[in-house]
Parts: sequence; structure tokens; C-alpha cells
Amino acid sequence: MTTRTMWRFGVPAAVTAGVMTLAACSGAGTGGGGEATAGGDGGESVELTLATVNNPQMKDMEELKSTFESEHPDIKVKFVQMEEGDLRAAVTADVASGAGQYDIVTVGAYEVPQWAQLGWLTNLSPALEADADYDVADLFPAVTDALSVDGDLYAVPFYGESSILMYNKDLFEAAGLTMPDHPTWTEVADFAKQLKTDDTAGICLRGKPGWGDLFAPLTTVVNTFGGQWYDTNWDAQVDAQPFQDAVNFYVDLLADAGQSDPVSYSFTECLNLVQSSKAAMWYDASVAASILEDESTSAVAGSMGYVHAPVEKTTESGWLWSWNLAVPNTTKNQVAAETFVKWATSKEYQQLVGETLGWTRVPPGARVSTYSIPEYEEAAAAFAPLTLDVMNAVDPKMPGVSPQPWVGVQYVTIPEFQDVGNQVAQLVADAIAGRTTVEDALAKGQTIAQEAGDKQK
Amino acid sequence: MRKLTGALLSGFTWFWILLAFFPIGWMVFTSLKTETDAATIPPTFAVPLSFDQYREVWDRDFAPYLLNSLFASITSTILVLAIAIPAAYGLSIRPVRKVQDVLFFFISTRFLPVAAAILPLYFILKTIGLLDNVTALALLYGAMNLPIAVWMMRSFFNDVPREITEAGQVDGANLRVEITRLVLPIVAPGVAAVALISFIFAWNEYFLALILTSDAARTLPPYLASFVDGRGQFLAVLSAASTMAVFPVVLAGWAAQKQLVRGLAMGAVK
Amino acid sequence: MAAISSVKATSDTHNGPDVEYEKRRRFNRRVSRGLVAPALIFSIALTQIPFVVTIIFSTLNWNQLRPDEIRFAGFQNFVEVFTGGDFLPALWSTVLITSSSVILSLVFGLFLAILLDRKFPGRAAARTLAITPFLVMPAAAALIWKWSILDVNVGMLNWGLGLIGIDPVAWNTDLPVVTIVMLLTWQYTPFFMLILLAGLQSQNREVLEAASVDGAGAVRTFRAMTLPHLRQYAEISTLLGTVMLVQVFDPIAIMTKGTGGTKTLSYLLYERAFIGLDVGQAAAFGVVTVIVTIGIATIALRTMFKVFVDGEVK
Repeated sequence: MTTRTMWRFGVPAAVTAGVMTLAACSGAGTGGGGEATAGGDGGESVELTLATVNNPQMKDMEELKSTFESEHPDIKVKFVQMEEGDLRAAVTADVASGAGQYDIVTVGAYEVPQWAQLGWLTNLSPALEADADYDVADLFPAVTDALSVDGDLYAVPFYGESSILMYNKDLFEAAGLTMPDHPTWTEVADFAKQLKTDDTAGICLRGKPGWGDLFAPLTTVVNTFGGQWYDTNWDAQVDAQPFQDAVNFYVDLLADAGQSDPVSYSFTECLNLVQSSKAAMWYDASVAASILEDESTSAVAGSMGYVHAPVEKTTESGWLWSWNLAVPNTTKNQVAAETFVKWATSKEYQQLVGETLGWTRVPPGARVSTYSIPEYEEAAAAFAPLTLDVMNAVDPKMPGVSPQPWVGVQYVTIPEFQDVGNQVAQLVADAIAGRTTVEDALAKGQTIAQEAGDKQK
Repeated sequence: MRKLTGALLSGFTWFWILLAFFPIGWMVFTSLKTETDAATIPPTFAVPLSFDQYREVWDRDFAPYLLNSLFASITSTILVLAIAIPAAYGLSIRPVRKVQDVLFFFISTRFLPVAAAILPLYFILKTIGLLDNVTALALLYGAMNLPIAVWMMRSFFNDVPREITEAGQVDGANLRVEITRLVLPIVAPGVAAVALISFIFAWNEYFLALILTSDAARTLPPYLASFVDGRGQFLAVLSAASTMAVFPVVLAGWAAQKQLVRGLAMGAVK
Repeated sequence: MAAISSVKATSDTHNGPDVEYEKRRRFNRRVSRGLVAPALIFSIALTQIPFVVTIIFSTLNWNQLRPDEIRFAGFQNFVEVFTGGDFLPALWSTVLITSSSVILSLVFGLFLAILLDRKFPGRAAARTLAITPFLVMPAAAALIWKWSILDVNVGMLNWGLGLIGIDPVAWNTDLPVVTIVMLLTWQYTPFFMLILLAGLQSQNREVLEAASVDGAGAVRTFRAMTLPHLRQYAEISTLLGTVMLVQVFDPIAIMTKGTGGTKTLSYLLYERAFIGLDVGQAAAFGVVTVIVTIGIATIALRTMFKVFVDGEVK
């Protein structure tokens, strides 16, 4: 429509007409969303909107959703994938305000207990227990503990992970080094310095500022160095000696033997580096192993070794995390949403992934029985037993050497933590870049953390 | 000597132009490679090229996002023109000092940080049931682009010789005829420039789209980031998706560049 | 925008106690009001109502994850804004990043505009390529720069630097502000270039030629005639460019996450609202940001820009 014709009709008419015609076109084009659907379990068809993080396992789920849709012809599932930070922002705003745009959301282990207590999530226990085939008891207890409030499950793990140390066996062999099964951080730092060359990093570690990026591995280092975020009185321990030692160690290790440009690096960046054999070691999520061992996409499949997370003062380290499916209370399609959640976390789904996409791609760490599927055991022999071992060994109630007033390894389950974690991570990133000292960064971090701690008292 | 200087200067110009264009050219080139070739360093040049990544992007449900982006951008651009043109004309014929304040008000609304108002906006839209609504998004983009549009349009109208409109009035032309028949043809390149700039900003907007839409109304910018794949090796497909996402606006910009330069130069070319 | 003065000249000729003219003036004023009203109403409805709601929110104690504790908090949130120590560094980052990007874009824009004002083989194609960075979606630009250009391992920039013997640069870690300014300058230079090129092409060629016949050197002609002519174009591009750049968010969210002096006001506000989840505090930050930005903008607009000081219709 040109401006000239618009004027002939007069402005208001043109605007209204333009908006309305285009609205009609667009409505037809996009299918109009799910507002026309009611009930959910009746005869009408339902479109579920699922908000999820753009991780590979979720992409696999989207690829396989057609199987679900053909089994349930009255339910369609629409995936909305977002980058992790975007997902948190969008889903939190939606759930907190009761906007109800999503029928199923992917929520991290950090949020589930908080949201459940606020009454934002549907209690899934009745639906799951009503179905004998589903086998709730098969879900990893360490994972479901973090997702339960008063014994009821408010989210189901889609996949779970701990953190492990991965290393390139070829590079180790070439340097004449042997990786012990339970390395200490001192040993790892030593190896890293020996393996570091001009174009190969001794170790890849996350440095991207964010509580879920940098501070996931760093908190496990803090824990095993004997530090913690808060003591049992909710007094912040960020400037205490063990916390300082751990951060100093991490920053020095990055400077001496880490990848260049560490502040850019998180999971995906390190993965790319390791896959191109430009890092000798990598300490990160155990789920990485299944990607590194996928022969169809990974150049280092078969040449990687996997061992327990490095320790210092504890006997075991490693974090515990899960991405979970939950149904917000505001959904109008609760029954259909629960049906999909059950399907995506069922034993059958794992079989389906194995048979159609390959056995290394089965979502790990959610079900104990995954680790006794023969095909999976064979395909994932390099890392599955270790993952199982670590996930059973990690103690989220006391991951360090001192008791703590919350359950969780690399996060603190208070609403302020992601803010505290992010701000301290930005300060530590400045220390990694050499713009400030670790001591100054943590002194500021202590103040930030204490303010949040005071709100718990 | 003179010829040589000229040739050197042309070469120098082209060097800078190609340097500035390189990231985009490289993006398009990468999008035609396979993932493995795309991630190879030193970079590969003599490799098989194909449109496979584009098919992959299209298969990941690209179309609905594209339609939403088109709808939001076009509607908001029409809306902006429809209310900015009369407003700017009004401001240009009004011989009073208040113009300055009104103009300043318009420009100052553009300084409101979107991030500050996003939660209030979220709650307002939720209350009136317009979350995840592409028309609501278009209205907001209209408000976002209105200040610049009014500002630019007014400058163009200021350059229209007063004699033209006054001659029209003597002939008894009413206001609508005055604007459509006499003034608009003169400022047409300016209108094109304003339309293009509104369209670009609406098309490229990320933040409002991310928070205020979820599914039915979601546009391309928030969708793009989902092509960064945690399984590694996504450079080629990300480049393909980015190329597809920027294509309509780049095309519009290229097609309208003459109008853009003329529009921005208005005033002096009359 | 350039020849705003032309209107003055024509209307001046009608000055005087002319009855017809007075009638015309009154008529114009009424028409003008009617024409401006829709835009004003629309603008107020869509920008001022949310702002009023922001002011209301800013007086509440309201964390999204503590919905049971919402209550009136008076000025508590504003006290936190000023005692928290986040605001001033963010303001400084915003000023630094915006002004460096605007100045660099202006300089490069002028440079490219001068080069493109000349006739040379493929000029139309060159101009087409040169404007493209401005058209690219900022989210796409940030992603492509991060992964394809600046990456230390597979990035083309470090590879190119390596060819001429420079060690790879850890852009995000060591030079976060430079990284952001570099990306923004790349994106906005074409916008400045377009406006300045329009200015160059609107020069009166005959006068320029006459000057050169009179024996004035190219440099002198440029300084004495072209630069003053370009002033208004430079001002308008600076004004519009600043308005666009001051809100920069996408590259910071995608690339630096606010470290190393890149936490601008936009990013800080995002962080308060979506990571801090504190609606009240985020709103207070928003209100203060709006007041401060408008304050700075007013001073800047009224002192630096001729268009606002005396360029108005008289």
C-alpha cells in the first residue's frame, strides 16, 4: 500500500484496514497459536507450547516429537527453543506473572524447588504414580531429591549430569603422562602446564561470566578446597581463605595453561576446542562425553579418556545438575502436558532415541535403568559407568567439607543467588583478565553475597 | 600521473569497502560450506558448496517466524508513516516556538530504555490479554520508530517551498489535497527513507520480541540464537540462518539506497 | 534537514500586519494541532503509560520470587540505586561506549563518504556493499562476529592478524570495551556515511568548480567550503546515531555479558529485572536512568546542536 492511496481513504481508516488485513494474513500464516484449544483430554485437538533451552538433547526431542504426535493424534507439540539466559528471562516472567503462555517448560534444578514452593508448578506425582509402567522409582534419587517438595515431584528430569575431567589420550601419550582415576587439582595443574603449547591449551575451563557458566565448575573447586558460599548461619564466606585459594588456583591455572580468551568460553566453546584437539583436558559436564563419543560428528571419538572430577580436600567433587520438564500451574492443557512429559521421560523414549538417533544420544543421568540397557552400555562404555558412579557419589546436601543450609552443589537455592553468582562471576572474570586482583574481586563479592544472605536470616 | 593517482585512490576505496563488507561476505560463504569445512582453520576456499544448510534452516520451521517478522515490520512501518507524516507536516506549518517542545518530547521518548519499561509493559499486555500478539508488537515498534520518523519527516517538509502550498490554497484546495497532491510528491524520497529506516529497526528488534512473545507471535531475532548448537559444529547452519534472517532487509536497503541518499539529502537537491 | 532556513526566508516575506496572513496563521495553528494530535496521543499511550507504571513499580518492594512480600517501600529502591555503586559505573560505560562508537562512526563515515563521492569504477556497487553492515540484524551481527570473526581459534580476524605476524588477540577477555565499540562502529559507520554522502552530493558543484578555477587547492576548498556545509549533516547523524546507540544491548548480552566495563545502563537494567528478578529495584533503576538520560540529552541537544538552538521555524 503506498502512502498516497492511504491518504485518499483518510488516515484512520487506512491504518485500521492495514492492520486488520495483515493481522488476518498473519493469523492464517502462523496457525494462530493455541488459544482455540480447550479441555485437553476431550476429543478436540490440543497444541502444547514447550519452552526449552537449545541443548542437543532437546533438539533430539523435537526431532522425535512426531512419534508422540502420531501416537496421540489429538495433541500437537510446538517447541520454542532459546539460549539458556533468554529462556530463564522469558520463562520466569511468564510463570511468575501467571501469564500462562507455556504448557511445558524446561527448568533447571536450581529453580524447581523455589517455583514449586511458590505454587507455580503442577504436582506431577499423582499423574506419574497412576501409571505403573512409568516407574518413578527408576529416576535418579540424587536428582529427584532436588526436584521434590515434601515428597512430591514438581518436575521430571529429562537428563542429568555431573562434572568429570575429560582428557585427550593421544596428547597424554605423546607427552608420556598417565592420568590417574581420581586426580587431584594439583596433579591436574601440573599436567596442564606440561601439555600447554603455543596452539594447544593444557586445560579448557569456563570463564564466561555467569552463575551457570563460570561458577558451575568454579564452585566445585571452591567446595573441594574447603570453601563454600554460605555457612550454616547464612554468613557469606566469599572472602574466606579457602574460597580465595580456590579462585586464585582457578585463575592461575587459566593464566598458566588455559585456553586463550577464557572470558569467551563456556560449555559450547570448550567443546569446539576439545573436538579440534586443541585442548588436552577439559573439566565440564559429564554430558559432554556423549557428544565427544558420537562418531558421526566428533573428530576425537575414541581418543578421549574420562575420570572423576579433580579433588583437593574432599574425596569426591563434581556438580549435580538436571534439565527438567515441568508443567506450569497456569496451563489450560494440564492432562495433555502431563502426557507429553511422561512420554519424553519414559523408558520407551530412551529406546526410541537409541534406535533412531544412536545409542550415545540417549539422554543420560535421568534414569538408573538407562545404565543397564545393553546397547547403551556398549555404545557408552567409555563414560557411562563413570557417570553412574559420580552421580551416585556426589552429595548435594554437603558437597564441601562444612555443612551448608541448602541442598545443591554448584548453586544456592535462594532467589538472590543467580544475581549474586552473576555479579561475583563478572568480578572474577575481571580478575581472569587481569584488570583486578582476586582479593579485590572477592572482597566486593563478599559484600554482594552478604546482602543476599542477610535476607535468609 | 593524475590517472595513476586516480587508480590508486579507487583501489584504496575498494580495499576499505571490501574490508567492511568482509564479515557479511564471509557469513554467506560459510553458509554454503559443510560444517566441517566451516570450522577449519586456516580457512578453506576450494571446497564444495551447496544450499544444504538453507534447507536445514527452512526445515526447522523458519516460515512462521519469517511471517511474524514481516507482519510486525510492515504494519509498524505503515502505522508510523500514517501518523508521522501528518504530525511532521503540522509541526512544519506551525509558526510557533512550541514546536521545539513537541519535537523534544518525541525525541526524548526514544531515550526511554526499553529494558526499564519491559516488565511494566509485560504486565500491561498480560492484563489486556495481548502477550504473544504480533499486532501488539507492531504497535510497540510503531511507538519506537515514531520519534525518528517525525524528526526526519519534519526536516523534509521544511524544505518544501511555501509558495507551492500557498498557491494551492489560493486555488481552494483543501488540506488533504494540499498534502497529497502538492507536498507528498516533493518529499517522496524522504518518505521512502523514513519507511526504510522504520522497517529496518522493526525487523531487527530483539529484546521486546524475546520477552513479549512466546510462540504464535515470535519473530526472527530471538529465534536465531537457537542455531548455536551445544553439540558443536554449527557455524555453517548459523550462517545460513543469519543470512536468511537479514536477507529481506538487506534487499530492501539495496533496492532503496538511491531514495535513501536522496531522502537524507532532501533539502539541498530541490 | 539541511535547509531548514529556507522556510524562514519564505515566511519572512509575509511578515507585517497582513490580515490574510493572520487568518492563515490561526488556521495553520488549528490544523497543526489536529495533525500532531494522533502522533502525540499514540506516543503518550505507548511510551508514557508504561513509564507511569514503572514509577509506580519503583516504589514497591517486589521480588518476582517472593510474591508474598510485595508491599509499598517508599524510596527504599532509590536509596539502593544510589548506594549500590552500580549506577555510576554503568552510566560511565554507556557514555564511553556510545560516544566512542559515535565519534569513530562519524570519522570513518566521513572518510568513506569522501572516497565514495568521487567517480570510480564500480561506484554504485561499492556503495551498495558499504551500506550493508547497517542493515544486518544486530543479533545476527553479534553472533557472526563472536563465532566467525573474533573467535581465538577459528576467527578470521586473528587468522588475518597472524598472516601479518601479529599474535592472536583475546578480544573478549583483554579488550571487551574495544570489542563492543569495534562491532558498533562497523555497524553504524554506513549510517553516518549515508547522511554525510548525501551532504557531499548536495554541495553546489558550480561554486566548488569556481573555487578550483580561482586556484584554491583541494584541501583548502574542502576546509573552507565542504566542512562547514557538512556541519548540519554531521549534527543530524550524530543525534540520530546517539539515539540509536545509547540503547545498545544485543552485542553485550551475546558477547561480553557485562564484564570489563561493558555493563551499560541497558544491560544493567536487564540484569536487575531478569537476573535479580527484583521488579521494584529494576523499575527504580529505570526511572533514574530515564531522568539522567533526558537530562544529559537536553543539555547536549540544546548546546551542541544548532538545529535545536536556532534552527527552528520562526
